[in-house]
Amino acid sequence: MAVFELQNAKKAFGALEVLKGVSLKVEKGEVVSIIGPSGGGKSTMLRCATLLETMDSGTLSYGDNVAAREENGKSVYAGKAALAQVRRQFGLVFQQFDLFPHYTVLKNVCDAPISVQKRDKAEVEAEAMELLDKMGLKGKENAYPYQLSGGQQQRVAIARALAMKPEILFFDEPTSALDPLLTGEVLRVIRSLADEHMTMVIVTHEMPFARAVSDRVVFLDGGVIVEQGSPEQVFENPQQERTREFLKSYRETSGAQA
Amino acid sequence: MTVSTMLSLLSQGFVTSLLIFALTLLFSMPLGLAVMFGRRSKVTPLRGFIKAYISIMRGTPLMLQLMVVFYGPKLLLGVTVPGNWRFMAVIVAFVINYAAYFAEIYRGGIESIPRGQYEAAQVLGYTKAQTFFKIILPQMVKRVIPAVTNEVITLVKDTSLAYVIGTVEMFTRAKQIVASPNTPGMLALVAAGVFYYVFNYAVAFAMEKWEQALRYYR
Repeated sequence: MAVFELQNAKKAFGALEVLKGVSLKVEKGEVVSIIGPSGGGKSTMLRCATLLETMDSGTLSYGDNVAAREENGKSVYAGKAALAQVRRQFGLVFQQFDLFPHYTVLKNVCDAPISVQKRDKAEVEAEAMELLDKMGLKGKENAYPYQLSGGQQQRVAIARALAMKPEILFFDEPTSALDPLLTGEVLRVIRSLADEHMTMVIVTHEMPFARAVSDRVVFLDGGVIVEQGSPEQVFENPQQERTREFLKSYRETSGAQA
Repeated sequence: MTVSTMLSLLSQGFVTSLLIFALTLLFSMPLGLAVMFGRRSKVTPLRGFIKAYISIMRGTPLMLQLMVVFYGPKLLLGVTVPGNWRFMAVIVAFVINYAAYFAEIYRGGIESIPRGQYEAAQVLGYTKAQTFFKIILPQMVKRVIPAVTNEVITLVKDTSLAYVIGTVEMFTRAKQIVASPNTPGMLALVAAGVFYYVFNYAVAFAMEKWEQALRYYR
């Protein structure tokens, strides 16, 4: 059974159709990168997947847990308790980190497992310390977010999401707010998670990274999935004209090889 | 009248002023939170009602509001409220007036908190109540302290308005001393001024300490 499945998702903001029927299925252990131009629907898709936006139509499920089914062409969301259960299945890492500024690093990571999942405090804290160590943040547990660099803050945010033990982790342009040096340290952490077969969906503009880390690359433009396939296929031998154009303009502006 | 008699009279008045101040803060600060929720409510009639209430509280003099609250029951409804209505009316008028101002200060604080804080909390599974009390409220408090300090200082001075319905607080005492023969009148006014000033100095000092205590994060 797929860890995550979105079917025929449609979403409009007023007259603007942002998602025109997007389907995405992610299997356990899979790393999927979503690329595409700004305004193409990447973030909206992620926000629908993580229940920050509601779809107009389409279905959404995490394993056995159905978040939204379709009735008469409209999405019908599950009740409060069922959605709370669904939220336990996934984590989300934001572009702007969105750490809680009044909490220390350790409390940022531990508070939700303790006060939402009602887990044992000592156990959660011990796990959090291990996670922070893994994120290269040893010794930072008592710091406040403002005392950290953007890259460190983003790694805390990743630890915060992982502490909830999600089945799948979503990243919304996790390095867009970071300079190249800090980008590198965050990408290394995500890569180490990929090596451990953490199931992940990553919206990113870092093409070389997407290519290196993903099992599958999805090109989203104009509210539809234009093309998807293995990184080699999408980056080296794109079948669609729009994909070729996007990658060409990317290479021209970045000067990088992807 | 000796200086010590004068000071003793002023002190008695000051106790009343202090009581008005403390009771007003005690009730208006939490009430302001409730008013703020009403102001931000999705229920249009409730929001409209709260907006009108805030508008009236801010748009008319507190002195007038005191008189309306005190004389209103008798003149409008022909009801005599039992007990010490004079003092209760002062508290009611001050509380509903200050709650309106606090509500708007809180609203400014709440609305300056980035949406990402709510979204991060939602994704982590916090309930609405947990999100408000654990994540939003502490950050709001830090943001509104300077504006709340202004309001609290104004309140100390506004307590003198209670004289208009005959509450014997410090300002009333000072006026009585000035009006009675053979008294150091000017001195009474200066002494009253010193009382207010020293009290406000203490208020400002305490609020600054609180602000400093919250400087551990940005």
